[in-house]
Amino acid sequence: MATTSAPSTAAAATGAPEPVLAVQDLRVWYGTERGPVRAVDGVTFEVRPGETLGLVGESGCGKSTLGRGVLGLTPAGTALDGVVDFKGTNLVGLSPKHLQKLRGPELGLIFQEPMTRLNPLMKISEHFEEALRTHEKGLSRQQRRERALDALRGMGIPPSRYHAYPHEFSGGMRQRIMIALALVLRPAFVVADEPTTALDVLVEAQIIKILADLRKNFDTALVLITHNLGIVAEACDRVAVMYAGHIVEQGDAREVFANPQHPYTRELLRSTISLSTTGLHYIPGSPPDLVRPPTGCRFHPRCPVAMRGCAEHEPPEVVLGSGVRTACWHQALEADPSLGEELGQGGRDALAAVKEISVADEA
Amino acid sequence: MSKQSGGLGRYVAQRLLLAVPMVLILLTLVFLLMRVAPGDPVSAAAGGKLGPEQLAEKRRIAGLDKPLFEQYLDYLGDVVTLDFGTTFVDHRKVSDIIIENGGATLSLTLGALFVAVLIGLPIGLFSGRYRDSAFDVTARIFGITTYAAPVFFTGLLAQLAFSGTWLPTSDQADPLTSLNIESVTHIYVLDCLIAGDWNAVEDGLKHLILPSITLGLLIVGVFIRMIRINVIQSLHGDYIEAARARGVRERRVVTQHAFRNALVPVITVLGLQVALLLGGAVLTEKTFNWPGVGSTLITYINQRDYIAVQGIVTVFALVVVLISMLIDFVNALIDPRVRY
Repeated sequence: MATTSAPSTAAAATGAPEPVLAVQDLRVWYGTERGPVRAVDGVTFEVRPGETLGLVGESGCGKSTLGRGVLGLTPAGTALDGVVDFKGTNLVGLSPKHLQKLRGPELGLIFQEPMTRLNPLMKISEHFEEALRTHEKGLSRQQRRERALDALRGMGIPPSRYHAYPHEFSGGMRQRIMIALALVLRPAFVVADEPTTALDVLVEAQIIKILADLRKNFDTALVLITHNLGIVAEACDRVAVMYAGHIVEQGDAREVFANPQHPYTRELLRSTISLSTTGLHYIPGSPPDLVRPPTGCRFHPRCPVAMRGCAEHEPPEVVLGSGVRTACWHQALEADPSLGEELGQGGRDALAAVKEISVADEA
Repeated sequence: MSKQSGGLGRYVAQRLLLAVPMVLILLTLVFLLMRVAPGDPVSAAAGGKLGPEQLAEKRRIAGLDKPLFEQYLDYLGDVVTLDFGTTFVDHRKVSDIIIENGGATLSLTLGALFVAVLIGLPIGLFSGRYRDSAFDVTARIFGITTYAAPVFFTGLLAQLAFSGTWLPTSDQADPLTSLNIESVTHIYVLDCLIAGDWNAVEDGLKHLILPSITLGLLIVGVFIRMIRINVIQSLHGDYIEAARARGVRERRVVTQHAFRNALVPVITVLGLQVALLLGGAVLTEKTFNWPGVGSTLITYINQRDYIAVQGIVTVFALVVVLISMLIDFVNALIDPRVRY
């Protein structure tokens, strides 16, 4: 195991080190024929060295877009706005050349499906050579080889396989190679986008263990995108719950799991399966169309406790005593009852009842 | 490394074994097709000119009086010993025709391939990289036009446009310059080089230009579209995004990752196109009075010399099999996955 690690002076000195990455009001919109898809719409979060932030939510809620948006890896025709502060540099609006130099040695990305992420015509050794030669020009051929073999050994890939081609490895091995390939450059911040979704449970446990070791040994800040809440409970310090391009709740992972505040978090947690599950709980309806998202709180059409005002007014984010931040009118009103005026007359009536009436009217 | 080359060796052996039934089926087809034509080669070529006894004698010499199956075995045996028969009308050995006229066809085919790669490769790569740009749209129209235009049309157009200019519009060489050139390899330009006659080399190359372009344009369209679509696809590849995520320089992402992967299937198509070139060569040779196997073939078809036609077509078929095999080997060298 290599002993050198990313600088972590701040972490040693104070309890709350400076964040490696601070995202503020990030928006990532895709241009389509129907209009912009607001995949990420005003997201704010930060990650500190050695910290793992779990990013959860349904498919299509903008998790992966957020992960890629942070690294500026969005497809052509994407609009990026907001601030992504990485060690004092705003990554939004940075020149492609500058971003390219940061990607790899500073910002890493681990992908969901490892099977197709390695160039089939290049040996594993060539992948490592390329990465190290691009970003660490001073290294000799021998040093590059040693660095690569070290990284691979850390992932349990024996040096004898160094000159093999990608197709000669299993999915789990390829994912470990991809991780080694990301880590060989020792990035300070890594996004792992559902790194275990395509793998079986045993390999999943292995990968999660590797990622956990990573922040211990290198003080790497990690954003772990997943829809597996079990992984979050196991491997994350903090969790951010995403719904329709917004973060609806974020805070200490244990706190959020023990006392979920936002109705969506509660519903999401109720939907998990355990051995004692008898009937499957699901959230009625489907994730909203992000071209024309619902007005007010985006979750209101599916929310079991939605009020009339939720459909019209976007809820403000409140910080609770536990440090958990959430964006729901119920918590907002509890924290500051004066906000109720904003909801207006009858704004606190249950929306479910209103809906039934309107359906009856139409019939 | 040793393990991989072992894989390659096994792959080559497998491929060679597979070629045996392929060649057998091809030869059977050629043999049967020649028999489907009404009458027999002898009466087709000499019917009405010779008496019945003389015709029977000719048939006996050609082995055409034997039962069909025996003829088939004779034919296979001959092919195995590289004896493709002797023409009926002028008693030339088909193998001699191949040697003497094959050089011209070979230089034309290579010239056309050179033109196709020279024009098609950069245009294809560029229009794939800059998809839907003005360049891409123009390239696509150019590609479809050249593909749709028949060889004799392009050829005649080229002749019309260039007749009287410095570019020769027919024949393989100027008759006067070619007088002093001794046929050693039967590839004209090569023979000129051996003779050390630089004027003749220049003349030979000049004569190659128009026929090569005419024939090359036939496959350039396929080439452009094929390369373009492969580049577009591989630029969307997962490994491309992964390479970008590792901060690999964009130019390297495009050339090393996207282009290299895009060209693997193109090599296969290239092999198939060579077969098309051989067919196109027949027409191009006729148009440009090119002394290759193709124009010889047409001469024999006109004279209804079925034996000559069968021999030449057999050789063409074998060449196509050989090329497709070579392409497979090249593919195996480039793409490690093929070896499995």
